[in-house]
Amino acid sequence: MADLKMLAQKAVQTRIAILKLIYQAKGGHIGGALSCTDILVSLYYSVMRIDPENPGWADRDRFILSKGHSVEALYAILADLGFFSQSELESYRGFHSRLLGHPTNKVPGIEVNTGALGHGLSVGVGMALSGKMDGRDYKVYVLMGDGELAEGSVWEAAMAGSHYKLDNLIGIVDRNRLQIGGCTEDVMALEDLKAKWQAFGWEVLEGDGHDFASLLGMLGRIPVVPGKPHVIIANTIKGKGISFMENQAGWHHRVPNAHEYAEALRELELKMGAV
Amino acid sequence: MKNGQIPCRKAFTEKLLELARHDRDIIALTSDARGSVTLEQFAKELPGQFVEVGIAEQNSVGIGAGLAACGKKPFVCGPACFLSARSLEQVKVDVAYSNLNVKLIAVSGGVSYGPLGSTHHAVHDLAVMRAIPNMTIVLPCDVHQTRKLTEALVDFEGPVYVRMGRGPVPDVYPENDVPFAIGKANVLLDGKDVAIIAAGETVRPALDAGLILQQHGIKARVIDMHTIKPLDREAVLRAACDTGSLITVEEHSVHGGLGAAVAELVTQNYPVRMRILGIPDEPAVTGEPAEVFKYYQLTGEDIAAAAVAMLDV
Repeated sequence: MADLKMLAQKAVQTRIAILKLIYQAKGGHIGGALSCTDILVSLYYSVMRIDPENPGWADRDRFILSKGHSVEALYAILADLGFFSQSELESYRGFHSRLLGHPTNKVPGIEVNTGALGHGLSVGVGMALSGKMDGRDYKVYVLMGDGELAEGSVWEAAMAGSHYKLDNLIGIVDRNRLQIGGCTEDVMALEDLKAKWQAFGWEVLEGDGHDFASLLGMLGRIPVVPGKPHVIIANTIKGKGISFMENQAGWHHRVPNAHEYAEALRELELKMGAV
Repeated sequence: MKNGQIPCRKAFTEKLLELARHDRDIIALTSDARGSVTLEQFAKELPGQFVEVGIAEQNSVGIGAGLAACGKKPFVCGPACFLSARSLEQVKVDVAYSNLNVKLIAVSGGVSYGPLGSTHHAVHDLAVMRAIPNMTIVLPCDVHQTRKLTEALVDFEGPVYVRMGRGPVPDVYPENDVPFAIGKANVLLDGKDVAIIAAGETVRPALDAGLILQQHGIKARVIDMHTIKPLDREAVLRAACDTGSLITVEEHSVHGGLGAAVAELVTQNYPVRMRILGIPDEPAVTGEPAEVFKYYQLTGEDIAAAAVAMLDV
């Protein structure tokens, strides 16, 4: 098992990078980026088989950020891993920058363009099918937001994933319980979410999406049931890591002012010292 | 039409199967349309290269994009009415924006499903596909061209929307003489009095019109504009320059299709008089395709009459 302390450090480092990206560019989706940070850190620094020197490697594990608006977390990690230079992060959301507000495959390490919700799982089904057809043993990870699950296309893909017995396909739901308009259960109720995925033929794992031991434990056990696609319901907190943003729907895509930025940065730096 | 003539969709699936036997990266996908696309034999013979997604067009396109991202050559096949509308965002984002090598094979396009009503008509598809960057749009006009196109599609890297009809259509080309390159229009009949530009199932009536006009001493240039995007600019501008009179004919709304593409080009480069023949801005009348063509004056006689009227001005 990976060094949990290293992952904790990477998580704080990523959150600082997210905060800086969004503050400097005066735009972004901070709440969701912070809620999925620990999931991405687990995947990129411990779980996935990837090679930043060779992003097109045929046997690499694939990752799709179906909740594309959380791209700041992904950019921070891809730059840290060397898929592109740290200095390029300064161009985030800039004119003609390839680091725009949603992922595109012009960026090394990003597989497909996302940003319209409800698309990623179908694309993941196609990638997983291709792996099965070619006898390759890579895995395909698709990170979805919980609000995103109201898109009907997600459930078309869910049906196909179990129909084709894609045990190389892993869905992860960033279950932070908030979407732009408020609580998911008020906007369009998702519960019983576990039963929904089970009814579609998926093996469901559920755990704390901010606890690395829990995340690595779940990701490491897959496939629990060979022949079934798996989904992890990762219970998370929107805005995680910056106390005044936590569990506030208003921080879906608000940009911190100078005072809030300084306060948030101080809090994260203190956390870094404490890791 | 010869007896026993097969529809273009059948010519496509037969050729695709032939090519797929030797290329295991060719994958056919469909959304419970294996019957209407005529993919039964493909599914039977190459089950490992066939993906059924059920009645879920969005999913068929998204899965196709995922396959293409891993190096496969997916052909996502379904009725044009659904493929170009229900799954439009997947086409726009997963295929075209990601610029993946997905071929969208839209069968029974236009008013092929004439009696079934507007739910099943696809007379909007060229307009929406034209407005999507990275998309190439091709309409084959007969079985011979369809076979050539199918071969070309396997070698063509990038998104393509192909629209063909449901029923058998008369030949335009002789079997052994089918010049075809994506993006390069074919001049079927040369002339300098008027140019008639058509695509897909309107090419044959356009050619018939050219032959009728010949009998009246009018020399029409008839152009098979099988590739609507990218448009063969040179062929259009040469026709505008040589004839000064253009008629476009399409099985599509008069908004946003072939006529619009030609008009956009000539008005900004070499303005000439023009008529756009197609389906007016209304829910298309229902009936057998031939009846609908007649109603909207898209037959060879109608097109010839439109040319005569234009030249009399």
